Amino acid sequence: MKLDEILSSLFLMGHDIDPRPDHLILGTGKRANGGTVEVVGIADGEALGIEGVLPLARRVLDIVATGGKTPILVIVDTQGQLMSRRDEMLGLNEYLAHLAKCLLLASRSGHATVGLNYGKAVAGAFLATALATDVLVALPDAEPAVMDLPSMARVTKLPQEKLEALSKTTPVFAPGLDSMTKVGAIAQVWDPAKPLDVQFEATLATIPAHDVRDALGAERGGRLLAAGIARRVADQAGEDRRA
Amino acid sequence: MTDPKHPSADTASWFLSTARERLTGLLDPGSFAEFLPPTERAQSPHLALFDLPAAFDDGMVVGRGRLGRRAVLVAAQEGQFMGGTFAEVSGAKLVGLLRAARDDPKLPRIVLLLLDSGGVRLQEANAGELAVAEVMRAIVEARGFGVTVIALVGGRAGAFGGAGLTAATCSRIVISEQGRTGVSGPEVIETNKGVEEFDSQDKALVWSVTGGRNRRLLGGADAYAGDTVAGFRDAVLALIDRAPPFDLVTLRAEQRRLADRIECLGACNSAVEMWVALGIAEPQTIRNLDDAAFAEIVKGLRGAAYEAR
Repeated sequence: MKLDEILSSLFLMGHDIDPRPDHLILGTGKRANGGTVEVVGIADGEALGIEGVLPLARRVLDIVATGGKTPILVIVDTQGQLMSRRDEMLGLNEYLAHLAKCLLLASRSGHATVGLNYGKAVAGAFLATALATDVLVALPDAEPAVMDLPSMARVTKLPQEKLEALSKTTPVFAPGLDSMTKVGAIAQVWDPAKPLDVQFEATLATIPAHDVRDALGAERGGRLLAAGIARRVADQAGEDRRA
Repeated sequence: MTDPKHPSADTASWFLSTARERLTGLLDPGSFAEFLPPTERAQSPHLALFDLPAAFDDGMVVGRGRLGRRAVLVAAQEGQFMGGTFAEVSGAKLVGLLRAARDDPKLPRIVLLLLDSGGVRLQEANAGELAVAEVMRAIVEARGFGVTVIALVGGRAGAFGGAGLTAATCSRIVISEQGRTGVSGPEVIETNKGVEEFDSQDKALVWSVTGGRNRRLLGGADAYAGDTVAGFRDAVLALIDRAPPFDLVTLRAEQRRLADRIECLGACNSAVEMWVALGIAEPQTIRNLDDAAFAEIVKGLRGAAYEAR
């Protein structure tokens, strides 16, 4: 689905989101119940660098400052963090983390945050945006990833054929929507044939109060150990204190 | 300043030490207790698929101890095992520690993260990426309950990728000259964008872009430590009581801090140009200064003194 189709299906009552030369998504959509949704994001596969972060983060902080409980939708199609010596020199890690922190603050302040991945979502830019939300959904043509298989083959010095074969049997490293769903990163895949506004409202109605992604990964069989390990560490910390 | 109680550990290089040596040297003698220790064999089930050996702690050591008689929770990445990477088990150990700090107000209110990591372990890329997302959320939630989370960066693997984002999510970052942090490492940028974008073999260039001195001068780290166990201990103790709360005021200040940085330095083509713009009289000498002389330069800089992270 293209961004304009997504937005029209999400906001039958209208929205004020226009394409921008910087490929950022900033605006407000109207809900059928008369309420609004604040929308931020990144489109067209654009890489996220330090300049892209600031308007998004500022918008999120303004929403928090305004108060209320308006939900925030984070729409993402990004090839990843901008790979640039200049952005690294200026501290890109701080900028990306800042955006994630702003979204997490909004969530803590009562704004439900929903991530929507419709194109690519890669590595550091994925962490700064869609993975910093209360719940992440995707459309079927989404391509979330940490790294593509050819690059992974280069870095791990493993033959690409071996990685391709392994990726069919384990979701733990293979790029793509199925794998990311199985490990618990993506809560639901929306059906593009049905109205998105209805699916969005259904997602909003079931926002988890806590981070349930490791439990989801265990339930779906894609990340069997993480939830149990985290619990064992927390239990031992508690036992040690009481001892 | 050295602690007579453990003189040999004090002068040991942080950069060259293992995760366990760092913890033993950093914490008060005999105070460290490990959660999910290697005897419980919480190891990666995935590495065997790639014919790689696993480790009984998966390269992540978590526990509690004391620092200057203060109770602390600690986590240390072993940079010499799989580059200290975030993976299913190693990541979940850190998530568990942070969630415990968040949920149990009687646990120590200080968490030290001894980061030494190239980022996400590619053999477990999805689990590792998600672990970083869970860690970042758990840090923020713990900070929201008044926990101070301090990142210590000075190991061989630095703090890149997800570890670079994790560091910047903490309340405070302590870095040494040898400490390096960022998102994409120089090799990754060179591979993807070409040697003219970033020559990863140019050691001086890499040092000036990702190294601890540049980070400290720009305010990308809040304290600078000498490359010894004692150096990190002193730096942590000096800032342990003045961490910013996690709230709108702090994040608005961070927004200003990061916007100011682009406005002031965004047009610079090199680290030396940035240091000139910061008002440093002899930027070429930054590399050769000893730690004490460097600390004096930092004192005079506004950007390094923001209370915003």
